[in-house]
Amino acid sequence: MRSEKEKSRGSSLSDMLKSWEFTIFALLIAVFILNLILSPDLFRIANLFDATLTFTEKSILTLPMTLLIISGVIDISIASISAMSGVILGVCYKAGMAIGYAVVIGLAVGLAAGILNGLIITRLKIPSIVVTLAMMLFYRGIGYVLLGDTAVRDLPERFGLLGGAYSVTSIPIQFMIFIILAVIFGLVLHRTRFGRLIYIVGNNENTARYSGIPVDNIRLILCGVTGLIAGLSGVLLTSRIGSARPDIALGNEMAVITICLLGGVYIFGGKGSIIGVVIAALMIGYVRYGLSILNVQEQVIRIFTGGLLIIALLIPTIAARLKTSARYPEGGV
Amino acid sequence: MNNERYRGTLKNLIRRREFGIFIIIIVVMVLVGLRNPTFFTSDNWKDMLMYVSILAFISIGQMMTIVTGGIDLSVGSVVALSGMSVGIIMRDNPALPPLVLILLGTIFGLGCGIINGLLIGKGKVHPLITTLATMSIYRGLVVVVSRSRWVVYGDITKGFRLIARGNILGINNLMFVAIIIAGASYYFLNHTRKGREIFAYGDHQDAAKFVGINSTRINILVYALSGMLAGFGGVLWVSRVHTAQANTALGYEMQTIASCVIGGVSIFGGVGSVFGVLLGTLLFGIILNALELIGIVDFWKLSVQGFVILVAVIFDAVLSHRVAEQMRKQRRVFDAE
Repeated sequence: MRSEKEKSRGSSLSDMLKSWEFTIFALLIAVFILNLILSPDLFRIANLFDATLTFTEKSILTLPMTLLIISGVIDISIASISAMSGVILGVCYKAGMAIGYAVVIGLAVGLAAGILNGLIITRLKIPSIVVTLAMMLFYRGIGYVLLGDTAVRDLPERFGLLGGAYSVTSIPIQFMIFIILAVIFGLVLHRTRFGRLIYIVGNNENTARYSGIPVDNIRLILCGVTGLIAGLSGVLLTSRIGSARPDIALGNEMAVITICLLGGVYIFGGKGSIIGVVIAALMIGYVRYGLSILNVQEQVIRIFTGGLLIIALLIPTIAARLKTSARYPEGGV
Repeated sequence: MNNERYRGTLKNLIRRREFGIFIIIIVVMVLVGLRNPTFFTSDNWKDMLMYVSILAFISIGQMMTIVTGGIDLSVGSVVALSGMSVGIIMRDNPALPPLVLILLGTIFGLGCGIINGLLIGKGKVHPLITTLATMSIYRGLVVVVSRSRWVVYGDITKGFRLIARGNILGINNLMFVAIIIAGASYYFLNHTRKGREIFAYGDHQDAAKFVGINSTRINILVYALSGMLAGFGGVLWVSRVHTAQANTALGYEMQTIASCVIGGVSIFGGVGSVFGVLLGTLLFGIILNALELIGIVDFWKLSVQGFVILVAVIFDAVLSHRVAEQMRKQRRVFDAE
């Protein structure tokens, strides 16, 4: 833990060069340059920001997911929560509710789903991965039960602005939300007592319990926040594509976890930083953007992200082998 | 002494559970039969059992991974990849005998499984995340391999169709195969050294290491077996439904997991039985079939599956916490004596 702190505050150049954040930042620059070679148009600031529209919904989800994984829990039902929130928003609007209230309901649904996950995980002491695996089907199914294979299309234009419009200058509102959330999550994780507790809980659950830290409540709060942001992600996505459908955000959970791990979050908890994850989110976003400019099929892009996830997972093992013979702890998440 | 008693209670629990599933199966059958008499027609049973047969032996592979404390989310994609590859090979070489195709599909599956096993065993990566990644990689490969052209009814040769439709000793091939695989797995898991090592490893990984069980080999073995069975299942799947598409067996991994947890395989590892999984698969198959017969369409399927998994997992967790509590009390009594 201490070494992590020293690293982020360290002033010597060699420390910086060694840090994972720096490596990933260098990768981001490389991706930028490649993208520029592929499509010189990207060089215009407006296009640079436009490109973010395609991945902001995923990026905002990486923030709470980072905190959650650091605390030793994982939630793979997030994409389903997003879809469910979007669908319920659509259904509420169709039933005659004002769009503002429908958005609030959509967010509340996300929060409720997250809290339900958290309650089952912490109160019944079942591994989070198994609970959220079941919930992934359950929440996704609710979307299908409500809408079947139809979609709510006639959402008001005003609502579409949320996902597609620009705020001051040419920065999309979505991207602004991402930046603001990133700052908030970064401050909470790195500058508050609560943030320190998250690391302790993830580092050694038992020690934390014996020290009187409310492990279960911290995880419950994080699950709730993750659900809420998943709801927000669903609302933004629904707004951007202009219709509420049950089959949106498929596979987003994998994309989000990939970004977190690439950003230096340790899958078994206790390690990670917001800045690393933000850089990784931008990097993956622009990689996908570049691939889609090249007209690469969506399925092939998914092969690519799957491969990246495996590489990200292998990094700690390989690093450990290279560094020392020190073994990484094995065990469940 | 203590340990023996523990084992005894555990065995009892598993047996009681299998009996419980059996009762539930009968109750569900009666209820569905009352609601819709077509449930009891032999055509319906044949269709359902053919579906359940493939699910059963892939679930047995899944069970081995769950018993080690892992999970294999890639089985659905492996079914699709093996089915699609074999379908394409058949389309290009209609003269190939079906047995060669079965062998090829099984080898494809084995390859996918070995990749999973190497990543998990040698790379020391978490099984769920690994197979989440390979699930999407293998699924993507289905599209790449097919070049977006599906294998359709007309491409399926007559001999290939017979794999699923034919009979051995008066029993449908698929059921026959499922029974053979179940029997072989039972023997392997309960009466061979490697089989017992799988359970020992899942029960307590550190203890297993101390008695000299090689964790890398165990991991490679179970994921290879799971992949192999999924690859074999993929060939039978295409022979049964006469098509191979990009979304063949999408979400199938969840059905295998549901069958396992219903059948009493503990997600904490170390506990599970082939017979339990067979019963779990049958119950799950009947539930799916019932949903269709009662007229509840596809849209409910996902939620019901998720709900069933959740209930089974919660039941399992509460039960195992209670057993642990009981053990602790017993131990206290022993210590006092």
